[in-house]
Amino acid sequence: MHINRLNATFAALAHPTRRAILARLASGEASVTELAEPFAMSQPAISKHLKVLERAGLISRGRDAQRRPRRLEPKPLGEATKWLERYRRLWEGNYQRLDALLEQLKAKEKEWKP
Amino acid sequence: METLKLTTPSDREIAMTRVFDAPRQLVFDAHTKPDLVRQWLLGPPGWSMPVCEIDLRVGGKYRYVWRHDRDGTEMGMGGVYREIVPPERIVNTEKFDEAWYPGEAVDTLVLAERGGRTTLTLTVRYESRDARDAVLKSGMESGVAASYDRLAELLASTPARGRA
Repeated sequence: MHINRLNATFAALAHPTRRAILARLASGEASVTELAEPFAMSQPAISKHLKVLERAGLISRGRDAQRRPRRLEPKPLGEATKWLERYRRLWEGNYQRLDALLEQLKAKEKEWKP
Repeated sequence: METLKLTTPSDREIAMTRVFDAPRQLVFDAHTKPDLVRQWLLGPPGWSMPVCEIDLRVGGKYRYVWRHDRDGTEMGMGGVYREIVPPERIVNTEKFDEAWYPGEAVDTLVLAERGGRTTLTLTVRYESRDARDAVLKSGMESGVAASYDRLAELLASTPARGRA
């Protein structure tokens, strides 16, 4: 995954409203009006967030010309998650090695202090 | 198995928490004795730690260099100890040789023991929000994990995850 696209994904996810919009779209496509409903926010404000999500490739527009429903594009989110999971595993890998080392150290201490 | 928890306690910080089934003196030793540190602080498979120098006193320096076993690529970092309270607390600066974020970061390691188990909390404080965000956005190191938290939070409430 290209680093610029990842940056766009993280920037898009950095706002709670945008995360909530994505969570809402996860259960099916919705129009701007429908998306604006649960938030105490004007339609232009929601549209601004939608633009950020769209630029990051996280959502797209449906065919219906009247409603212009937005829908979730799961691919970049999935790619970012996979990519981040690698880093989490990196640290988890370090700490699992530390677990094993601590077991050895504990065993050694027992030898010295029977 | 114990799990690693990652959070962003402030806009300049990233924190990691992990429990170890060992007294904190041993966890402290594993962070401060070079022959122990180089056995676990290695990153992804294929890397070793040929240089691990630790001068454990306030004002003392440490220096780590990792090397990729196959292609010989090296990555170095180091810093200065600011506070040392064995076996419970270490504060040190950190700077990578080829840093991708501005300034130095300050690491605070806190070890709390309870019933023979140790809770490790490592907090990394960057010079500015911009520096931390550079780490978050570059996805390097622990910074990424904080973003992962956000993702995890989102995905937990996202039934579409299976489609990804």
